[in-house]
Amino acid sequence: MTAIEETAEGGFRVGAAVPGAALAEHARFGKVWPGVLEAVNLIGSTQIQGRASAGGNLCNGSPAGDSVPAMIAAGAIVTVQGPNGRRQMPVEEVPAGPGRTSLKPGEILVSFALPPRPPGSGDAYLRMIPRTEMDIAVVGCGVSLTLKDGVCTAARVGLGAVAPTVLKVEAAAKALTGTRLEAAAIEAAADACRAACRPIDDKRGTIAYRTKIAGVLLKRTTAIAAQRAAGGN
Amino acid sequence: MTKLHVSTTINGEPAEFLCEPGDTMLDALRGPLGLTGSKEGCASGDCGACSITLDDRLVCSCLMLAAEAEGCEIRTIEGMASGDRLHPLQQKFLEMAALQCGICTSGMLVASEALLQKNPRPSEEEVRFWLAGNLCRCTGYDKIVRAVLETAAEMREQGIRESWQ
Repeated sequence: MTAIEETAEGGFRVGAAVPGAALAEHARFGKVWPGVLEAVNLIGSTQIQGRASAGGNLCNGSPAGDSVPAMIAAGAIVTVQGPNGRRQMPVEEVPAGPGRTSLKPGEILVSFALPPRPPGSGDAYLRMIPRTEMDIAVVGCGVSLTLKDGVCTAARVGLGAVAPTVLKVEAAAKALTGTRLEAAAIEAAADACRAACRPIDDKRGTIAYRTKIAGVLLKRTTAIAAQRAAGGN
Repeated sequence: MTKLHVSTTINGEPAEFLCEPGDTMLDALRGPLGLTGSKEGCASGDCGACSITLDDRLVCSCLMLAAEAEGCEIRTIEGMASGDRLHPLQQKFLEMAALQCGICTSGMLVASEALLQKNPRPSEEEVRFWLAGNLCRCTGYDKIVRAVLETAAEMREQGIRESWQ
């Protein structure tokens, strides 16, 4: 549960209890999945990074957990161990509502499996917080892209803090796939993100604000992921 | 419940203690080990007053199970000075009045030492970000940040390296 393994096919298996600091120190992980790493490294302070894991962040069930949209964008599959054996499911099926997960009594999260990365792939995570550090996302957005000759051949989008659970926004991914990420395609993906929002209205962000920011972050995150996919890091 | 027997290294010395499975490292330090320099501010990872290093990695000891110390190397504030000789950070905190009530101070010092080991030339911004998990309700942080920057500069001048001790 505390191991980081690179599989023979080029994927990664990250133990559910791997601390963010250990993931950051790994020689290869951040090169292959910079977006997942930046999301995990946003959880808490330096000394919390010494302990905090993506597994804990996911099972905490917060709609605003920073690593979750990035893991969804990465297409992570989780392994769960229970009294009756192991099972696997896509990461987006774990959250069930604020503070709740779909894990059954006695089950624990064991690991995340991240798929092999085709050439020309990049990911990114951005969140909006009113402070500069140590805050809870008002909106969080993870994007993973694969580009071939300038055309987006695969995309996944995760959106946090705008619904009772972190969302996988299929419509946004679809709007990007097959395009050259032209302004119209990105605007369509931003529209899809705004349409997916079912946020709460609170002092940290109104419904209108969170919805608007979801579109803004989709555009900015996609730009970073695309730059990384093109090799610009 | 049966107590667990844990063998570990604390501040360079072998140490053994008994703990409940659910005890935190902070419980063990302040209880059976009698090392009360690490403080309990919040017991939930927010305040950083219980900061220690676990195999050279900065952690909140309230977020670590005591049983996890088995076979590991723990460093606490008690290991920072060399006998009567204060660590340069401790000396500078005193000189520059970078503490008032003192509850946050051991965590601030342990975290600052971890920063200077990793980065002997931090910018003010880097110090502030690194110490964002150490809460202080007295000083307003400025004196702490200045003391860390000043210590870093002096340690560089004097060529005091990571192996200060």
